Amino acid sequence: MINKRTLLAVTLALAATSVTAASRDYISIVGSSTVYPFATVVAEAFGKSTKYKTPKIESTGSGGGLKLFCAGVGVEHPDITNASRRIKKSEVERCAKNGVKEIIEVKVGYDGIAIANSNAAPLFKLSRKDLYLALAKQVPGPDGKLIDNPYKTWNDVNPTLPNSKIEVLGPPPTSGTRDAFSDLVLGAGAKKFSDLKALRKAKGEEKVKALMIKLGIPASAYNKKGKKVFKAVAYAVREDGAYIEAGENDNLIVQKLVANPNALGVFGFSFLEQNGDKVQGSIIDGVAPAFESIADGSYPVSRPLFFYVKRAHVGKIPGIKGYLAEFTSNKAWGDEGYLTDKGLIPMPKQERSQFASDVKGLKPFTL
Amino acid sequence: MSNSTQTTIEKVNATLERRYAKERRFRKMGIAAIAIGLLFVVLLFVSIISKGHSAFWQTHIKLDIEFSAELLDIGDRRDIETLSTANYAALTKASLKAIFPEVDQRKGRRMLYKMISIGAPYLLREMVINDPTLIGSHQTVWLPADDDIDMLVKEQTDRNLPESSRRLNDKVIGWVDQLMARGAVEKLFNTTFFTAGDSREPELAGIGGAITGSLYTLLVALLLAFPIGVATAIYLEEFAPTNRWTDMIEVNINNLAAVPSIVFGLLGLALFINLAGLPRSAPLVGGLVLTLMTLPTIIIASRAALKSVPPSIREAAMGIGASKMQTIFHHVLPLAMPGMLTGTIIGMAQALGETAPLLMIGMVAFVVDIPGGPLDPSTVLPVQIFLWADSPERAFLERTSAAIMVLLAFLIFMNLIAVLLRKRFEQQR
Repeated sequence: MINKRTLLAVTLALAATSVTAASRDYISIVGSSTVYPFATVVAEAFGKSTKYKTPKIESTGSGGGLKLFCAGVGVEHPDITNASRRIKKSEVERCAKNGVKEIIEVKVGYDGIAIANSNAAPLFKLSRKDLYLALAKQVPGPDGKLIDNPYKTWNDVNPTLPNSKIEVLGPPPTSGTRDAFSDLVLGAGAKKFSDLKALRKAKGEEKVKALMIKLGIPASAYNKKGKKVFKAVAYAVREDGAYIEAGENDNLIVQKLVANPNALGVFGFSFLEQNGDKVQGSIIDGVAPAFESIADGSYPVSRPLFFYVKRAHVGKIPGIKGYLAEFTSNKAWGDEGYLTDKGLIPMPKQERSQFASDVKGLKPFTL
Repeated sequence: MSNSTQTTIEKVNATLERRYAKERRFRKMGIAAIAIGLLFVVLLFVSIISKGHSAFWQTHIKLDIEFSAELLDIGDRRDIETLSTANYAALTKASLKAIFPEVDQRKGRRMLYKMISIGAPYLLREMVINDPTLIGSHQTVWLPADDDIDMLVKEQTDRNLPESSRRLNDKVIGWVDQLMARGAVEKLFNTTFFTAGDSREPELAGIGGAITGSLYTLLVALLLAFPIGVATAIYLEEFAPTNRWTDMIEVNINNLAAVPSIVFGLLGLALFINLAGLPRSAPLVGGLVLTLMTLPTIIIASRAALKSVPPSIREAAMGIGASKMQTIFHHVLPLAMPGMLTGTIIGMAQALGETAPLLMIGMVAFVVDIPGGPLDPSTVLPVQIFLWADSPERAFLERTSAAIMVLLAFLIFMNLIAVLLRKRFEQQR
């Protein structure tokens, strides 16, 4: 009998609390796993220093976050989404269709991508062209036509590099780091070849097709948008074992690099900073990955990070304004703020104050 | 009988040696299999415990704190509002400055202040709010050190490396050595690890929130899965007619037990969150999803338990005039209970270690506040392990292993209860 009564009481209690769940008293944040380590620090500081609850942050990836964010307005939908790339036009349209019309865009700062190897091995001095030649599935051959990647050692790619096997551990295609790596390294390396550069810029079916013949790309690779041919060619990574997909866990890549001094690894700058006693960041196009070189833009492999706020939720969900104020304060994202301790590269002062004032005025952005 | 034909006993004797050898080989193989299994268990435990044991201690630094109203910038006000927004960081800074008066440059001071955890001011705030009379007094306080210092003291970072490839420079290491020489650095039991929620600062992070979340989730799952599972098993085993429908149900239950758990997560997302409108990341939804996942296990185990009750019990009960209900509830069920409970506990242990289905319903999240009910956002223990394993800070490495140790302890504890319950019920028989 007592059992039945407690069971009933518990069910009633559950039912009663589910009624109160119609309003939410904490901020709900979703999005990129790259912004996650920074957003969580701000959320924690915000929760500790104000009377509001600490925001809840889910790491769903940039695309997954925007999908949840754009699903609609109301307590069951997230208030903020983090992204390691800018929102796409198609996503803005999807948002608008579901009633999410006014979105505030906040650029957080920059994140560098390091190409590193074990401290026990010699330091690599690479160019983006070297990396493209070493990792692309197809590269221009002696006659200018694309051939399957023939290079086995770094020495084959560039005589100044060591004579060791090409072995790169990097993120899988689902990761934002991989997107940025494709864009900033492989794409940029491919552009060093004039025909590929022309293919990227070519507009109109005839021009693209002529270049495709010149490069020896089968006509079946063509589709309506000419630019996609370049991406399909330049961003394809070789599948013969030289590039090893090591999963999303950057700690794992660091451990594997220590175990295998011949391998290079691709991961976020914050992991390089935390593991400086184990791995060293290769010099890319003459610039070493360092806080200063990423901040002034001279290190070529870096990308901006963003988050997006639903304006309709400001004032409805308690604390959003406070969270925004905490994030855009100098003690957080400033030159010596606590986010820099976690590896975030701050924006120049002027850009920061621009975003801070936009955020204060809750100015919705337009693409 | 001729010489060429053997007697039966001769035949047996001829092959006897071979058969014995076969048996000996089989026994050895069995022992080898057990030895390999044990070896891996030992390796797992040694690796986890050797990595994780140090996380149960946290480096603290002894500071002489003067709770001065002037530094706190509060004047004569002592109300909660003022006390909770006062500048507590100034207290630790002043104390560190007093120990190392020679550090006067801004950059050096910044490095000095960073030796104490970012969370230290909040600890001081708690002390003052609990006892406002502290203001104006001098107190010796042990405050948690920053995670980099913690790693240095635990000798998990190598101080002999060149300065450029270390997290801490020579200056900071020198300060730590000075403090150690004075006995102001000590490793104290890490209570924070058990009481606090998640944090991005390893020295402030704990599994308290995750354990609470796991408890709520399992409570919901147990309250739903046990009665539903046992009722289903009793009906199917004792009352249901054998026809095509019940056969189909039986086949489907067995199939469901083999469905990958992430599928239940997707189902939960569609059913409980999108359709029923329950909040994301809530233990209630997690418990519902895990109920779906563990139900087949419980039903199958309960049916096996009912089947193992000898028919003579039922016949005897019927024979002295008990109704079918009375037969089942007074005689069959008590005998089947140990098996049912074992199945339930093993199902719950499985649910405790599950992360995949919870990914879909938003329980893989950064949650600092400890959940106060089954509708508050929360994570569970295995998810906390997953999140820490992915964090860049070195100090999370040992905390990940420590959290795994706690999870394993819970699992062993639950299995132990299953064994004890079975023993107790068997004795009562």
